[in-house]
Amino acid sequence: MNFNMKRIKAIIKKEFSQIKRDKRTIAIIIMMPIMELLLFGYAASTSVDHIPTAVLDKDMGRESRELVDKLTNSQYFDMDYYADNMDDIEYYIDNGYAKAGIVIPPDFSASLKSGKTAQIQLIVDGTDPTTAQTILSSAGGVVQSMSVEIIQETRGTFVPQSLDLRSRVWYNPDMSSIYFNIPGLMGVILQTVTLMLTSFSIVRERERGTMEQLIVTPITKMELMIGKIIPYVIIGFVDIVLALALSVFWFRVPIAGSITLLLLFSAVFLFGALGVGLIISTVSKSQLQAMQLSMFMIMPNILLSGYMFPREAMPEIIHGISNVLPLTYFIKVLRGIILKGNGFGELYKEFAILVAFGIVFLALATLKFKKKID
Amino acid sequence: MENAIEIRNFTKLFGEFVAVNNVSFDVKKGEVFGFLGPNGSGKTTVIRMILGLLNPTSGSGHILGCDIAQDREKLRSRIGYMSQKFSLYEELTVEENLDFYGGIYCIPNNKLKEKKKEILIMADLKGREKMIVSNLSGGWKQRLALGCSIIHDPEILLLDEPTGGVDPIARRQFWDIIYNLSKQGVTILVTTHYMDEAEHCNSIGFLYYGNILSLDTPNNMKEKIIDGQIVEIKSDKTLKAIELLKKKDYVKDASVYGAGIHAMVEKNTELDDLVLYLNGNDAVVHSIRKVKPTLEDVFVFLVESEKRKNGVIK
Repeated sequence: MNFNMKRIKAIIKKEFSQIKRDKRTIAIIIMMPIMELLLFGYAASTSVDHIPTAVLDKDMGRESRELVDKLTNSQYFDMDYYADNMDDIEYYIDNGYAKAGIVIPPDFSASLKSGKTAQIQLIVDGTDPTTAQTILSSAGGVVQSMSVEIIQETRGTFVPQSLDLRSRVWYNPDMSSIYFNIPGLMGVILQTVTLMLTSFSIVRERERGTMEQLIVTPITKMELMIGKIIPYVIIGFVDIVLALALSVFWFRVPIAGSITLLLLFSAVFLFGALGVGLIISTVSKSQLQAMQLSMFMIMPNILLSGYMFPREAMPEIIHGISNVLPLTYFIKVLRGIILKGNGFGELYKEFAILVAFGIVFLALATLKFKKKID
Repeated sequence: MENAIEIRNFTKLFGEFVAVNNVSFDVKKGEVFGFLGPNGSGKTTVIRMILGLLNPTSGSGHILGCDIAQDREKLRSRIGYMSQKFSLYEELTVEENLDFYGGIYCIPNNKLKEKKKEILIMADLKGREKMIVSNLSGGWKQRLALGCSIIHDPEILLLDEPTGGVDPIARRQFWDIIYNLSKQGVTILVTTHYMDEAEHCNSIGFLYYGNILSLDTPNNMKEKIIDGQIVEIKSDKTLKAIELLKKKDYVKDASVYGAGIHAMVEKNTELDDLVLYLNGNDAVVHSIRKVKPTLEDVFVFLVESEKRKNGVIK
């Protein structure tokens, strides 16, 4: 196969001139990453804190106040409502004012003082399981640490414990969902923007009739595809740098690994993602169809790539589908580099897979493209 | 003279529909060959098959001695093509469009510079290099599209209805350019449905529903095809006169032509008989004379006889 650089250069230059004068395309390139990062970065946050809580303290002792303070200090609970009876608690939760209710029985302080087990009731609004889960575990944590303190106070400093689980969370010790979301989001953005732009690039020329003119020139299919892809690889790079800057300077996500490596992987991923866009553009009869097809492709990428839901929890078939999405591997790479500081040694498999995807999709796009008009 | 294009038995089916039926023709080197025919007659399909944009269902062709199916890619740089839609990049400037095609045809920079200058003068676009194409009017777009299609100095130029939708002055300007190219030795195949444009061609092929009805020089067509005499009649009741004329056996056809009537009558018809007949039937004749047939007369004749042959009309 022989290429002529002059022809490829002519296509690249033309694509850039077209993009330069198309405000909508520029908006997609610049605004989409920013909007998606801000929207998904904040709205899709799964970290739950400052849960509005209603308290019914029937004890009113020093110990019960201490418990309420500790819950408040954990930052997970905001004691917004003080109830006088169970009906109040029900009212606050039913009407959605409070997501959790804490009921301290009248004998709470007395039980503690006499060394008996004291009981507290925690009522949780379970309609949203993510929030409910956080409430349960954070309340559990607070109560656990308070019991240890009480035991220490009553029995002196030495506390024998049969089992001592000391958990340490690596890479993202605060388990901040923003840190977890943002690398994945960068992958999703790159996929969405490039797919949208390339899926139009060939079908638009077909619709406008310029493709007919291009086909009768000596340009080869390979030259056309390469010329069409390179501008969008560069745009993809602009977007990834934009997304990185926003993540680091706005969301304060620390980047543990090498940025160069991250850019290298982005380039490899882009070739595959753009290949898919070109395939869509080649098989579509109109720009509308290309748009529908790319929407159709974007959904499984967002849902199945592990960006939203852990792949470990997926049924086998769905897991199988997620294996053939380049985004799945790219997100793994992004999280690996950004959060875990992975180097090439840990990621060579993903590298090989992404390269393979790139070659296959580009080859398919080139094969699918015919220098014909029917 | 050598042939630049030789087409043999081109047939194209779209499903059951016969778009082009067994079409054969030759175009001599350096001539302007016109494909004439109404919309939907298969002109564009023939051009697209010559270019390899469509595969013929059957038939073969040679361009500059090369087989059009086998040597397709080799031929690309020797053929220029301008499609019906003036396929320019609308959001690019005049110069960017020329640069783009210059790059695609791999024209060396210094040569491209010269060529661009030449095209800008030819197309009357000097001083508009930086204009965005979508802001140009039809005639300029058309000449720019022509410029883009000859930037690589093709030996053969295929033009598919190049003058559709532009004003008469721009059309005249365009044909001047075509003549000039032809003088420089470029072989030109052009499709049109304008009769006056057909008169400009060295040879014409008349295509009607996929069939070539006639293939000759404009003069031969006018002299040889029509078997009869054209009579131009002006009457105060044009439509009534036509009706009356059609009733006579020796009148083969009569139709409106300009402000009067063109009637085709048998060669030995006496004009006085016609005048008497029309005047006697309340369609007073103001003037009557024998005229040479125009191309339009020829085509009306060809279409009518084709319809008769197919039993569409008696």
